Amino acid sequence: MARNIIEKIWDEHKVADLDDGSTLLYIDRVFLHERTGSIALKGLEASGRQVRNPEQVFCAMDHIVDTFPGRTDETVMPGGKAFITTTREAAHAAGITLFDLGDERQGIVHVVSPEQGIAYPGVTLVCPDSHTCTQGAVGALAWGIGSTEAEHAMATKTLVVRKPKTMRISFDGQLPPGVTAKDMILHLIGVHTAAGGVGYAIEFAGEAVRNLPMEARFTLCNMAVEFGAWTGLIAPDPNTFDYVRGRPYAPDEAHWEVARENWQSLVSDPGAVFDKEIRIDVADIVPQVTWGTSPQHTVGIDGQVPDPAMETDLNRRQLMQNALAYMELEPGMPMEGIPIEAAFIGSCTNSRLSDLRNAAAILKGRTVAAGVKAIVVPGSGLVKKAAEAEGLDKIFTAAGFEWRESGCSMCFFAGGENFGLETRVISSTNRNFENRQGPRTRTHIASPTTVAASAVAGELTDVRKLAAQ
Amino acid sequence: MMDKFTTLNSIAAPMRRLNIDTDIIIPSREMKRVSKKGLSEGLFAGWRYTTPGGREENPDFILNQAPYRDSQILLAGGNFGCGSSREHAVWALHEWGIRCIIAPSFGAIFQGNCVRNGILPVVLDDDIVQSMADHVTVNPAHNRIRVDLDSCTVTAPDGETYGFEIAAGDRRMLLEGLDAIAVTLQRDDEILEFQARDRLRRPWVYL
Repeated sequence: MARNIIEKIWDEHKVADLDDGSTLLYIDRVFLHERTGSIALKGLEASGRQVRNPEQVFCAMDHIVDTFPGRTDETVMPGGKAFITTTREAAHAAGITLFDLGDERQGIVHVVSPEQGIAYPGVTLVCPDSHTCTQGAVGALAWGIGSTEAEHAMATKTLVVRKPKTMRISFDGQLPPGVTAKDMILHLIGVHTAAGGVGYAIEFAGEAVRNLPMEARFTLCNMAVEFGAWTGLIAPDPNTFDYVRGRPYAPDEAHWEVARENWQSLVSDPGAVFDKEIRIDVADIVPQVTWGTSPQHTVGIDGQVPDPAMETDLNRRQLMQNALAYMELEPGMPMEGIPIEAAFIGSCTNSRLSDLRNAAAILKGRTVAAGVKAIVVPGSGLVKKAAEAEGLDKIFTAAGFEWRESGCSMCFFAGGENFGLETRVISSTNRNFENRQGPRTRTHIASPTTVAASAVAGELTDVRKLAAQ
Repeated sequence: MMDKFTTLNSIAAPMRRLNIDTDIIIPSREMKRVSKKGLSEGLFAGWRYTTPGGREENPDFILNQAPYRDSQILLAGGNFGCGSSREHAVWALHEWGIRCIIAPSFGAIFQGNCVRNGILPVVLDDDIVQSMADHVTVNPAHNRIRVDLDSCTVTAPDGETYGFEIAAGDRRMLLEGLDAIAVTLQRDDEILEFQARDRLRRPWVYL
């Protein structure tokens, strides 16, 4: 019987069918970070249980650590040091692999894991972090869980999971110039809402997805959770195999051919059935920027702040009104030209080498507008090193950006560093939630190139105009 | 050991905004210690207090108002608990006193976290939740909602009863307050057998 890729990976990891229709699913890899992983490790310790296969459990410091040059265990976030030291002690006691401060492999979990070859086609991988779906870009079944489930996965090598419904989203056609994977996923969420994927595992497919470079595929999958999905993935192809081969924790050369042969079967069979299909013609997509407090509040940069009065769904209308009040915007305002006070490039969505290259290409020979605070945070120490090797750091700093150490940084406000009360920020991150980046901070989400172009202009800007110059 | 959930008869607080995310339920800045405890003070901090980081109550926020202060049930909007995986959202709700959340849909990770911490997530149609919210608002102290996990029913203030679905495993875990790891380890032989077979089938996965 024809199966889709999600069903294939699911079946390959099925330990037992449980009597209530759930599955006991085998978990290949667990990844932790110091924010939620610390509690999972302590919880396991307190219950007297052990990590069953510590060689298959990894941890990175990313959420709490500072990103200033010369950082230590001390943090701007009050009490942050305890998360770092607790995680370090617990990780060592449990015998798991830790990518710690001072290690060039340290960085954001969802950047580090594929970079180290820990996530690759066909594995199941869980992490107490909602953006774990990012790693589906290599053809892994990877999803976010809570700390308690992380304990379960570490202690038993399994999780009890209800099989999600499956959805295929086909992005057809060729991406127009200036349009990125970030714009594709924001467009999807804008049209189908932040709850459009609730209950589904998603395969991203179609010509435009096939043509995306690997790093852009991570961006696409990263925001599957912002669409409400359980997770998202992309079937592995020769690009994937090239990306994975030779990475430190990837299959070694002795196993390479047999692994690749197995992975080549990880595609949806012709005639495979999905519970839902969505098709999008990417020719219709323009660079996106969010105007509200949910990722579904997105619009083309050449568009206007929408009018809640035109929304027929009363719940959605109310949400739009709340969002406009929070964002201090009026219906009908053109998005282009809204003044910004800060710009941020980074996060598990958009902090990889190609993101930095693309933003630097916009910034080269230009400077950030007066009064705009601009920060760029590479996704890992290795991304930072590679960027510096090709001089990207110099382009960013010459333009007026701060060049930081890797971490989640100001993707979220944990009580420490922030952009300031009610500051308007253009950000390459994934969440424009209320207070997400600081007290009453007003976040506009966009691609790294739109962030760079807007930083230069000091206002929300159509990157296609700058790129053409 | 997790709290057991059997039945509940409580004041319910309508909080019907769409997409209430876990950043709203507990802002990251309120997660101050490596602990599951002491989080209720940070619950809905961005809405509950008048200033960011402050502790002066905002009288307009529903859970600051009598009799909603005694709510053990939330009547929520769609996609409640979306966003960050932080289990702190559930720990904070539980510590504050919430035992059941009724919504048209939930963020997947949040929903799983509820079940593992003694909070019952109930999915009902949006118009049913809205109608219950309308009844409750008329007289919240009197118009209580009854939830019965034995029969998987919710009884609205007007006496109307609605059935809901929940996975049998989740239901059992809540009813009996089970430790999920202990339950799974009853199948340890099967897990070890699977691993032994898998090691031969996919040797490259085993580091």
